[in-house]
Parts: sequence; C-alpha cells; structure tokens
Amino acid sequence: MTPVAPTPGVVIETSGLAKQYRGTLAVDGLDLQVPRGSVFGFLGPNGSGKTTTIRMLMGLIEPTAGSARVLGRPMPRSSRSVLPKVGALIEGPALYGFLSGQDNLIRYDAADPTADPRTRKARVGSALDRVGLTAAAGKKAKAYSLGMKQRLGLASALLQPRELLVLDEPTNGLDPQGMREIRALVRELADDGTTVFLSSHLLDEIEQVCTHAAVMARGRLITQGPVAELSAGTRGRLEVTTPDPVETVRVLAAHGVTDLVTDPHTAQVTGELPAEPPDLAELNAALVAAGVRVRGFGLRRASLEDAFVALTGEGFDVAG
Amino acid sequence: MSRAETTAGPGLHDGDPGHRPGEPVRERAPAPPASRTPRAAWSLGLFGSELLIVFRRARTLALLGVLAGVPVLVGIAVRIETRGGHSVGGDGGGGPAFLEQISNNGLFLAFASLAATLPFFLPMAIGVVAGDSVAGEASTGTLRYLLVAPAGRTRLLLAKYASVLTFCVAATLVVVLSAVVVGFSLFPVGDVTLLSGNTVSLSDGILRGLLIALLVASSLIGLAALGLFISTLTDSGIGAMAATVGLLITVQIINNIPQLHALQPYLFPHYWLSFADVMRAPVIWTGILKNLALQFLYAAVFGSAAWARFTTRDVTA
Ligand SMILES: Nc1ncnc2c1ncn2[C@@H]1O[C@H](COP(=O)(O)OP(=O)(O)OP(=O)(O)O)[C@@H](O)[C@H]1O
Ligand SMILES: [Mg+2]
Repeated sequence: MTPVAPTPGVVIETSGLAKQYRGTLAVDGLDLQVPRGSVFGFLGPNGSGKTTTIRMLMGLIEPTAGSARVLGRPMPRSSRSVLPKVGALIEGPALYGFLSGQDNLIRYDAADPTADPRTRKARVGSALDRVGLTAAAGKKAKAYSLGMKQRLGLASALLQPRELLVLDEPTNGLDPQGMREIRALVRELADDGTTVFLSSHLLDEIEQVCTHAAVMARGRLITQGPVAELSAGTRGRLEVTTPDPVETVRVLAAHGVTDLVTDPHTAQVTGELPAEPPDLAELNAALVAAGVRVRGFGLRRASLEDAFVALTGEGFDVAG
Repeated sequence: MSRAETTAGPGLHDGDPGHRPGEPVRERAPAPPASRTPRAAWSLGLFGSELLIVFRRARTLALLGVLAGVPVLVGIAVRIETRGGHSVGGDGGGGPAFLEQISNNGLFLAFASLAATLPFFLPMAIGVVAGDSVAGEASTGTLRYLLVAPAGRTRLLLAKYASVLTFCVAATLVVVLSAVVVGFSLFPVGDVTLLSGNTVSLSDGILRGLLIALLVASSLIGLAALGLFISTLTDSGIGAMAATVGLLITVQIINNIPQLHALQPYLFPHYWLSFADVMRAPVIWTGILKNLALQFLYAAVFGSAAWARFTTRDVTA
C-alpha cells in the first residue's frame, strides 16, 4: 500500500480503489484521475458505486483495497490537511431540524478548526446569499422544503474558498429554475479556478456543465476523459422527418445508411451514416428527387447517452 | 501611501472589509485559497457548538425540567406531611436519612433530592444525552458533514464527551438549585445537624452541599463514557439511548440483588450514595474515594473503547 508520487495537475487520483460492504462489492478496482480545473462529471446508474467512491475520497469509509489521493495527499490519512480545502455534499444534505438555516451553517463552520470565528458570520451570510437562501436564513431547517435543504447543503460546501468541490447529485430535488442556478454556480466556481467533481445519473446535466466525465457501472469504471472525446467516439445519427417513411428508407439504404429505424409517432426515420459519409446536401437532394416530402433533415449530435449505450451495450438501468 | 494599500490588498484575503466574499471576483487568474492553519483556540469553537446543540434541544430542556420538578414534589409532600407538627417517619423512602430533617432545615431538601434522583432520574437523563451524542448525529447524517468539515474524529469525540460531562454538572446543579429555592422558601433554614449528630453552621452546611453536588456529578462520568461508547456502536440514536438506559436499569437491579454481591463492587452505581458520608464529622472518605476511582476506571475503559471504535469505523449513514 505505498502509493506512487502524486501526478501533477491531478486533484483526485485513485488506484485500484475498492470497497466491499458485507457481501456486495460496491466499488471494484477504480482508477480515477480528475484534472485540476475541470468540471468532472461522475456518471452511473443507481447503485453503481458513486456515493461509495465519494465516501472513500472524503475519508468517511476505509477502502477495502487500493489507494486514493486528494489534492496530492493520501486519504483518509491526510483528512486534516486536505478536507479544509474541500467542500462536499454527500448523498443529500443533512441538517439539524431544530436549528435555523443560518445556525446550521455556523455549526458546520465551527467544526472546522481552520475556520476563523471572526469571519464566520460574514462567510455564512455570503454562502446563504450564493444559494439564494438569505430570505429563509432564520427559518428552522425542519421547515425547509427538499430543494431548500439541498441549497443549504450546498451553502455548507461554500463556507470557505475551496480548491475542490465534491457534489453528490447536487440538483436532486431542485426545481428547474434551481437546477439552472446550480449549473450557473458550478460554472462560476469553475471560472474561479475551483475543480468541481459532481456525480449524477442525469446525462444531460453532465453534458451541459462538465468538461470531463467518467462512467461507472456495477462498481467498475467504464471510461473517463474529456466529454467531447467521450461522445466523439460515437457518430451522430441522421434524422429525417417525413410523411413518406417507406420511400425514405429505400433511398437512404441505397446511399449506404444502415440501422434504419422508423418512428411512426414522430414521423422520423433515423439511421447510421456509413464510415465515409456522403455529402448531406446531395443525400437530401436525392430524397427530394425520389419524390419524398422532407419536413426536417439533419444530423443529431451524439449524446453522452448514446456514448453510454455504445460503451456498455446496455441501457441505463439499475444492476440487480 | 495608496501603493502600500494595493500591495497589501490581495494578501488580506479574509480580513479585507472592502471585499464581500459573495461578490464575483473580476481578476483573471485568482489566487488559490490561502492555506489556513488550525488554531488551538478555534478548536474550542467545536466544544461551544456541541454545548449549543445539547442545550438547545427541546428534549434536553424537558429532561432538565423533570429534574427540577423532583425537589418541588418532595418539598410539597414533606410540607403537607408535617403540617400537623409531627415529622416525617424515618423509614427513609428518599435515601439515607435526609428526609426527616427537611422540615427542620430547608437545606436538607437538596440532599434528599439528590438522593432521590441519583438512582434513576439523573443517570437516565445522562444516558439519553450520552447515548444520543454520536448515534443521533449518525442517524440524521450530520455526522458525515462534521467529519468532512473536518472536525477530526478524536477531537469530535472529546468535544462530545466534554459536552456530556457538562450536562452531568448542569443536571446536578438544576436539582440542587431547584431544591434550594423550594427548601428555603418552604422551610426554616439554620444550623445543620449532621448525620453523625454534630451541628455545624449554615455556611459549613452549604459548602458540604456544594461538595456533594460535585461528587454526584462525578458519579455520572462512568455512565457518561459507557453511553458514549454505546453511541459509537450504532447509527440509531433511539437505539443507543434505549440501550444505555436499559443497561443502567439492569445494572441497578443487579446492584440490589444480595446474591450477586460478589459482582457489585465493580458496578458503576455501587458507591453512588457514598456522598452522604460528607454529612459526617469527620468525613468518611473511603466510599467516596472508591466511587471516584471506579468512575475514572469506567471513563478510561469505555472512553478508550469509544475512541478505538469511532476512529476506525466506517461512517455510511
Ligand atoms: N452502507 C451500506 N451497506 C451495504 N451496502 C451498501 C451500503 N451503501 C451502499 N451499498 C451498496 O453499494 C452499492 C453502491 O452504492 P452507492 O450508494 O455507492 O451507489 P450510487 O452510485 O451512489 O447510487 P445512487 O445513484 O442511487 O446514489 C449498492 O449496491 C448498494 O446496495
Ligand atoms: Mg449515491
């Protein structure tokens, strides 16, 4: 168990990290590398081991095997020096119901021995402000809605300037406006130089904010890298909207388009372009020349979901 | 002169009053957060915060309210009993021979109340607070956020134990103060007749009362450590409270079964009532010292066990 020297420019680095709960192997041989300054999406279906990994990174549970480094230092051994620079939201917020939102933050701030009590009030105030809870600061936390609790949990991660933020499903329970605000907040933090590691099972969410991503399934890492590269692995699908699907399929097949699927509900025909794709303008002209009435024509960009399905060959379901 | 200010500006990261942390910073490459060092004095903040958590809870206030009510009940009962002029019989339901003296001297209500609450009420309150200390935070999930703050497991456990001990003192003082207020307002107060028959001045009696309060509070430190240990074993606050109180009741029962006398000197409540020996002249210290030694032994054993468990356990709740 002697981990090698930390890789420069990497804030989270694990090698062979594994965790076995009684019976279940929740995380299995994880080699993760999170570059400094990235917004890193940690993807996976329910029960794939995301929270378990985060708990190990935060020193809450001991790995069964392997090692983890956070900010270049081994965890959980260096918790005391690493964690003050890390803000975390782990498996939802946890609050003292009988305390006000503000007093909850004061409580968590007081638990950090590196937090200056003289600036506590001001820092709590600005954290509340950042998540839009200033108006509800004096309300008892048990009277908070799910989304308000989630915001307060985020505020507790923002009590100090952080080098790394670890957010486990940060938009869980938020309304669409709240989700947008959190995404904006994440981008803003990333612009300030904070590395953000966020787990989610929402693929669009990751696509919208993340620069990098890793995909977990059944405790194993399937892939990791820049988001652009992950979805570049799969080519986009051609999409034609038309009331004449039969003729469309015939023409497209003649031009080498494969895996043609007709969806009668949306009146769309989709298909996989060949390795050396024909000029799309000519393809469109060929359809029109064959008498096909084309309402829509275009290439749908490959989504992470396509990448995910391509990688695993399976859907996004909970493993049994 | 303004030059000095500009150069000092970026360094004064936290203290700079001109910059509110919420404001977006418009510099391109912001400096990484200044590395902060822990200060010993700031660690006390955690203890202060623990005290707030314990004493702001409605449950704690209810427990203290019940404890404050005991002297009121005892005082009123004695007052009604002695209205006809005769004193309460010496069959001693309330412990070692304090009850019949209350009508002569209100100060004895404090001793009688401590003797009445020490077997169950007082330790039960401690069991609830100690049992809940870690397990309660685990069951609500707040424990994981304290640990990533990072409170530090040893530091958190010490702060928890210190706050439970503070509660022991507070609970004892609530009984004593309530008894003094009720005793002094319902009964005459004067020179104190000790159990050994001698009489001492009221101020001497009050000093002995304070010593007794201290001894009673110290009698609870073993149970406090035991409760803390049980609290580190489970993620259920209610479970830990129930287990601690259940254990207390079991031990008290064993302590009163004559056939098990070989075991009894090792039970934490065995010497609890030794505090009555302070009310003798000269004071008999043997029982008192045995009690203190036993309490410290329990504190050492279960405190270490709690530490060993808490610093190695997985926090999954
Ligand atoms: N405390 C525990 N004891 C036993 N097994 C556990 C425990 N916590 C998690 N597991 C198991 O470990 C596996 C991974 O769980 P984990 O919570 O890490 O998943 P996740 O990726 O965070 O899922 P979700 O998206 O639902 O939050 C699951 O099979 C789960 O049943
Ligand atoms: Mg999870």
